[in-house]
Amino acid sequence: MNGGDPRDSDARDRGGDDPTGAGRGSVETDGGAASGAEASEGEGSRFSPADRVASVPPSGIREFFEIAENRDDVISLGVGEPDFTAPWAARSAAIESLERGRTSYTANRGMPDLRRAIAERVTRYGQSYDPDSEVLVTTGASEAVDLAFRAFVNPGDTVALPTPTYVSYGPGVRFAGGEPLPVHTRHEDGWALTTEALSEAGVDEADVLVLCYPNNPTGATMDADEMDAVAAFCREHDLLVVADEIYAALTYDGDHQSVATRPGMRERTVVINGFSKAYAMTGLRLGYAMGPEAAIDAMTKVHQYAMLSAPTTAQHAALAAIDRCDDEVEEMRREYDRRRRYVVSRLRELGLPVAEPGGAFYAFPRVADVASDGDARAFATELLEAEGVAAVPGTAFGAGGEGHIRISYATGLDDLKEAMARLERFLS
Amino acid sequence: MDEATRSLLDALVDDARESTADLARQTGLDEATVEERLTELEASGALRGYTAVVDWDAVDEERVSAIVEVNVELDRETDYDDVARRIAESPAVDSLRLMSGDYDFAVNVSGSSMGDVSGFVSEEVAPLPAVTKTVTHYVMETYKERGVSFTDRDDDDRLSVTP
Ligand SMILES: Cc1ncc(COP(=O)(O)O)c(C=O)c1O
Repeated sequence: MNGGDPRDSDARDRGGDDPTGAGRGSVETDGGAASGAEASEGEGSRFSPADRVASVPPSGIREFFEIAENRDDVISLGVGEPDFTAPWAARSAAIESLERGRTSYTANRGMPDLRRAIAERVTRYGQSYDPDSEVLVTTGASEAVDLAFRAFVNPGDTVALPTPTYVSYGPGVRFAGGEPLPVHTRHEDGWALTTEALSEAGVDEADVLVLCYPNNPTGATMDADEMDAVAAFCREHDLLVVADEIYAALTYDGDHQSVATRPGMRERTVVINGFSKAYAMTGLRLGYAMGPEAAIDAMTKVHQYAMLSAPTTAQHAALAAIDRCDDEVEEMRREYDRRRRYVVSRLRELGLPVAEPGGAFYAFPRVADVASDGDARAFATELLEAEGVAAVPGTAFGAGGEGHIRISYATGLDDLKEAMARLERFLS
Repeated sequence: MDEATRSLLDALVDDARESTADLARQTGLDEATVEERLTELEASGALRGYTAVVDWDAVDEERVSAIVEVNVELDRETDYDDVARRIAESPAVDSLRLMSGDYDFAVNVSGSSMGDVSGFVSEEVAPLPAVTKTVTHYVMETYKERGVSFTDRDDDDRLSVTP
């Protein structure tokens, strides 16, 4: 583990020698370069963020990261990416593409043979998309999420976000000028989204609904009936759906259920997926979006100006990943599954209630009953300080995460065992 | 094979010292069932042993290993299994496999000196009537054995807390 949060590394890396700040200092102030550098950060800075940027609060993940980084004996259960390395076939395809000098842009939408491979791959989830007009290769699923909001959210539009959920949606909606509407999911429902929760939150009046199943941070999956009910709600209230299915390949108790495969849903859903989790390729930054032609056209319009094309080297790696890495993916999935069973059993033995996580690589136990004031943040901080175990407080994933912590089992069994032993000591 | 048995084997291949309690936690079986399955797997010959992976270079102990390629010529009285049984008898043999391609058997051998290993080849393999040729390759360095890497793994370079 090393320092620096990816979401903030620019600010940190440039530090005091931001050339812009120094330059301005010498011209506009009489304090020389040093005060100029300060001016770039201080109150009167020319760079006061736009309102929609300023409206986004600092990341709860980042706050916790800073505490964890200050210790060196930490076992981290706070990592949201695989501990495996990308399969060699994918890495060597990347190397080979460089050796052969494949260093140009690709088509805006991505290499045609990669789009074909993607379209063929997702048929296993019951999805069917035309590789020429209905698939867009992006710089991580992250870009696809951002594109979807920018392409379909008008200023003032309401975007319903089940909570707890992945951290990027709320800020992404705000950057696009939309209004996030939290929809609380519950431990008792296994964190599945229910139509009662949708109605209660007023989602019938919303414009867009974001679904993330298997879910980060709860590991929840939706079964076929639950998904049918949510789909019916979306049709009835004419919602546009953004379905982030990046953990689709990591399900343990049944096949992945995609909302887009329900009747009448394909035409109102953008499906987002990627290579980061299934293929342990986070650093290669490659994802994709799929949807009806009009959806992909609109997203491509933003993408072609904002990004041009996804990284070429990563596209070559991704093609090899789809073609040749099924065995490795299955091996990783089976290992996650064993860790999942281990962690869930241990948590329950320790008396922490946890809903069976059917996918991804997270468990989301309730700590409210054992934390002082029921506060997950206090619990996580004390656990880190007393025992050197880092787990992210559920509140980092929205108000719905209160009273819970996220435990990532993208960590070897030896570390998981040690972490659970420390947790046991902490609780006793 | 059902999924629980498969993950039981996965867990043991990963770490044969795993306790029954931890095997139960990883497979979703209860402890009594884990014991039962292990007994069945042992009885059926699926689970043949639980052994350690040792990097002998890291301990104060001379150890020489080689891979010996063996060509044989069979006749009416002798088949591959007969030859294999004879070769496998020697305690110097760590593994023995029948191969496709230019030679017939690949024998992994180890001993405390080169003399041990060459003695095994000249005295226990070459004299067998069916054996027509042997080629001995000495191991110079082991990087990975049975899934376990001997080179120190790079540090985890992930950030400690990420979304
Ligand atoms: C639910 C979810 N969506 C998207 C991402 C980002 O994926 P990518 O690396 O493809 O940008 C993550 C990563 O943590 C995630 O958990």
